[in-house]
Amino acid sequence: MKSYVPNTVEERQAMLETIGVKSMDDLFTDIPADLKLDKPLNLEDGKSEIEVRRIFKALDEMNKPTPTIFRGAGAYRHYIPSMIPQMMMRSEFYTAYTPYQAEMSQGMLQSIFEYQTLICEITGLDVSNASVYDGATAAAESMLMLRDSKRKKKVLYSEGLHPDVKEVMHTYAHCAGIELVEIPLNKDGVTDREALKANAENAAGYIAAQPNFYGCLDNMDEVSELVHELNMLLVAYVNPMSLGVVKRPGDYKADIAIGDTQPLGLPLSYGGPYCGFMAATQKLIRNLPGRIVGQTVDSEGTRTFVLTLQAREQHIRREKASSNICSNQMLCAIMSSMYLAIMGPQGMKEVAMQNLQKAHYLANEIAKVNGTKLRYPNTPFFNEFVVDSDKCSCKINKAAKEAGIVGGLRLSHFDKEDKNGVLYCATECNTREEMDKLVKALGGIE
Amino acid sequence: MARSSYPLLFERSIKGHRGSDLPALDVPMMENIIPENMKGDVLPLPELAEVDIARHYTNLSRRNFGVDNGFYPLGSCTMKYNPKINEEMPGLFADMHPLMDEDMAQGALKLMYDLDKSLCAITGMDKFTLQPSAGAHGEFTGLNLIRAYHESRNDTARTEIIVPDAAHGTNPASAAMAGFKIREIKSAPDGSVDIEALKAAVGPQTAGLMLTNPSTLGLFETHIKEVAEIVHNAGGLLYYDGANLNAIMGIVRPGDMGFDTMHINLHKTFSTPHGGGGPGSGPVGCKKELEKFLPRPVVVENDGVYSLDFDRPESVGKVRSFFGNFGVMVRAYAYILSLGANGLKEASENAVLNANYVFARLKNTYGIPHDRICMHECVINPGELEKNGIHTTDIAKALIDRGYHPPTIYFPLIVHEAMMIEPTESESKATLDEFVDALIDIARVAKENPDAIHACPVTTPVGRPDETTAARKPIVKWTQE
Amino acid sequence: MTPNDRKYTKDHEWIMVEGNVAKIGITDHAQNELGDIVFVELPDIDAEFEAGESFAVVESVKAVSNIYTAVSGKVVEVNEALDGEPELLNSDAFGNFIAALEISSIKEDELMTAEEYEKYIAE
Repeated sequence: MKSYVPNTVEERQAMLETIGVKSMDDLFTDIPADLKLDKPLNLEDGKSEIEVRRIFKALDEMNKPTPTIFRGAGAYRHYIPSMIPQMMMRSEFYTAYTPYQAEMSQGMLQSIFEYQTLICEITGLDVSNASVYDGATAAAESMLMLRDSKRKKKVLYSEGLHPDVKEVMHTYAHCAGIELVEIPLNKDGVTDREALKANAENAAGYIAAQPNFYGCLDNMDEVSELVHELNMLLVAYVNPMSLGVVKRPGDYKADIAIGDTQPLGLPLSYGGPYCGFMAATQKLIRNLPGRIVGQTVDSEGTRTFVLTLQAREQHIRREKASSNICSNQMLCAIMSSMYLAIMGPQGMKEVAMQNLQKAHYLANEIAKVNGTKLRYPNTPFFNEFVVDSDKCSCKINKAAKEAGIVGGLRLSHFDKEDKNGVLYCATECNTREEMDKLVKALGGIE
Repeated sequence: MARSSYPLLFERSIKGHRGSDLPALDVPMMENIIPENMKGDVLPLPELAEVDIARHYTNLSRRNFGVDNGFYPLGSCTMKYNPKINEEMPGLFADMHPLMDEDMAQGALKLMYDLDKSLCAITGMDKFTLQPSAGAHGEFTGLNLIRAYHESRNDTARTEIIVPDAAHGTNPASAAMAGFKIREIKSAPDGSVDIEALKAAVGPQTAGLMLTNPSTLGLFETHIKEVAEIVHNAGGLLYYDGANLNAIMGIVRPGDMGFDTMHINLHKTFSTPHGGGGPGSGPVGCKKELEKFLPRPVVVENDGVYSLDFDRPESVGKVRSFFGNFGVMVRAYAYILSLGANGLKEASENAVLNANYVFARLKNTYGIPHDRICMHECVINPGELEKNGIHTTDIAKALIDRGYHPPTIYFPLIVHEAMMIEPTESESKATLDEFVDALIDIARVAKENPDAIHACPVTTPVGRPDETTAARKPIVKWTQE
Repeated sequence: MTPNDRKYTKDHEWIMVEGNVAKIGITDHAQNELGDIVFVELPDIDAEFEAGESFAVVESVKAVSNIYTAVSGKVVEVNEALDGEPELLNSDAFGNFIAALEISSIKEDELMTAEEYEKYIAE
């Protein structure tokens, strides 16, 4: 219907005259005639706003409403304070591009400098980049950082990383010629120390998950000490929400901390956009991929923020760049900054504590249902846990669905052999009433 | 505007202030859930009230500049207007968990399926993956398809990707990340492929060629058929960098030019906002013979039921979690619905018209490296003004003072002191005239009083930054003094 | 002035040989072309390079340049002062070497004298 082109036909004609051509077609004479389309694109005609809205309404109605969710597994429903969507409507931010012109982009640059600082504060590390696409690509990039900083082409990772994270790492490793070795979990669902030792030779580092995909928390002081004894670097893949109650990567001397900021103020949005964060020790700053904002002064000494250390990046170093990343997830990074600013130290502690408490309430209640038990009963967890049942998880899922609940994730989604395991997640959004309703539904399965 | 720094969140922090609250815990409180040796301390975050945070970000936004503030002719970035309805639609999907059962997510799956089909129609490709999150990520993905194709044929000697020296920096960087050696070939002076150089570069080691068409100089590759033939005859594949797709929608398709795989920047061509540098989205399309290598899962349809197909043994694997930047896809789909076949063509035609109009009006004032009809962007340089000590940076800074975002500067690398102007179709003749008049006036001032130009910008909260100190002694976070 | 106590390459490096060790740096002309140097990526001690290979990287704000060695050999010393103060290459290019290599072979005939180098950069 419309192309958002403001010019009238008369104005267009006047412009063609200034250019010195007769018609629009004269502007396209460089394109070989036999390549040009001789018919319109195979798309419907353009539509008015009212019609577009109707189409989306119809799509929306094809989706089932999901007020109650107990599914996490890498994407978490937390409460998003109204501040965030409201402030994100500032089009000075969302219609801008990368702040190449620092003088007119101080707002974005400062916001990212603040984001970097906040990421350092929650991870306990020295430096942060301005974001990458998501947690999975952050893991892949950290793998390349390990290779480059240790000049070794073997990297170890935990079986407990999210399956998507592992798959993305393998895609990148195949290209980079990196040997990726999976370190299994022990019977308690945490890193098998002996396997770590047995595979450490010539390895650049170990990528651990805390909490891991199955919800388990490990003694990271111990893991870190072991990893460093074995002359490797430690990467900690963390859920940032958990850092309100569990130790930060910097506290246990991780060299790199990565993860996804989605739990911090980003909507589920069917899987994206989310935001990968990467923080590291000062020593590794030049190995960090992507954009970094730095503080400097202008000619009069006024504090000024700029994109810095750009010589690492693709537009200057081309094939020798630390990464090919250009566009990242800037706007999502600011949303997570806002979340951390709104929550503050006490808010982060409280929200993390509520996740912890509710997940434990739910775990205890589900474990009371006949034929079910926690898979890792002796291992601390944050807001996710695995329940095994003597029934097929298909039945469990169906029962929850019939009660109007998006239940836990059937682990068979990622591992076909795991027919009975279900991964549950509870957050501050889940009420006791919802949890009791879920437990009741589970108890009623024949 | 007087120069001023603006306090950081951390500098506004006052102990005890807070911007959040939570309902009282409605389950019995359990003690000592987390063992002492795993327990963390209270995070050292700033403490602010909601009102202070609202003002903080409102004021920061006033120190920024987007397309809604004014003309933003940043070459190669396609800073077109971002229609407002597009911003509203993603809200419908905000609470959808990516791992919810497929029967509960039919609308979202249908949207992805239909977007894929639309992108195929526009580009002449056979299938798209929507997973890549930006252009560079798309390049990496497309190159993986090329790698998988050669590997599947046991053609392991094909280790080289040919990249013209006029290419975007992401091209060689992505090829390196995908594990290829890069063979850079010189471009002809007009930025097009040097046919002889290409012939000399191809061989049994050639995996493929990455090409932007129109080129990074905004000119259409007139020998594209010959280029495709040379690469294909040598056994290589052609990758299309979709950065400049906005020039050709409805006019010519990469799939018909001989390209085997390509990416699209939804945040450029399909009007999704750039978000200050992201999130973007870089769907990758390919021809039939590469389809089986696409990242898993792909959305398929059977009798009106949509599902995710994970069972793809020859897939290169995932390139990110879940399905991509879904919220960005929603915006692009709204745009494609709004414009339809004719609207998309009209957009491209007017993007090209606008670039040529600006180019024509600047010819007598600025240096013109290549005087011919351009596509959606044109390249100029300071020309004679260099004699007055005026460089491209100075002109860019002078434009800031007149309320414009400068063009892309110092790219492409093969043009001396380049300024690459991409007006996009969104701009009216009136806006373009004002912009051109401003550039002509800057040229006048540059000759009469070059110092006034060197002093620019003077209207911004800060002046030209000391980038050397920033890089020598990097300060990348705030620390308590 | 281009010092006479050393040799020069077409890539604008200088080489000063003492015994079987060659100190390598960049010329004043090179630092001038590069502009403000913000970082020097030094090689590892004991790393081995062939003549013609890049053994270090010099960064300015918006450019990177490889520094090549005209001798083959093993790195025995790096100028660690450049780690904290890369600007030393701007202020005194001839007074600050980047790395010293223990020479296994050297192609003398490809090196220029100070006089020849001055002529070369004047061209």
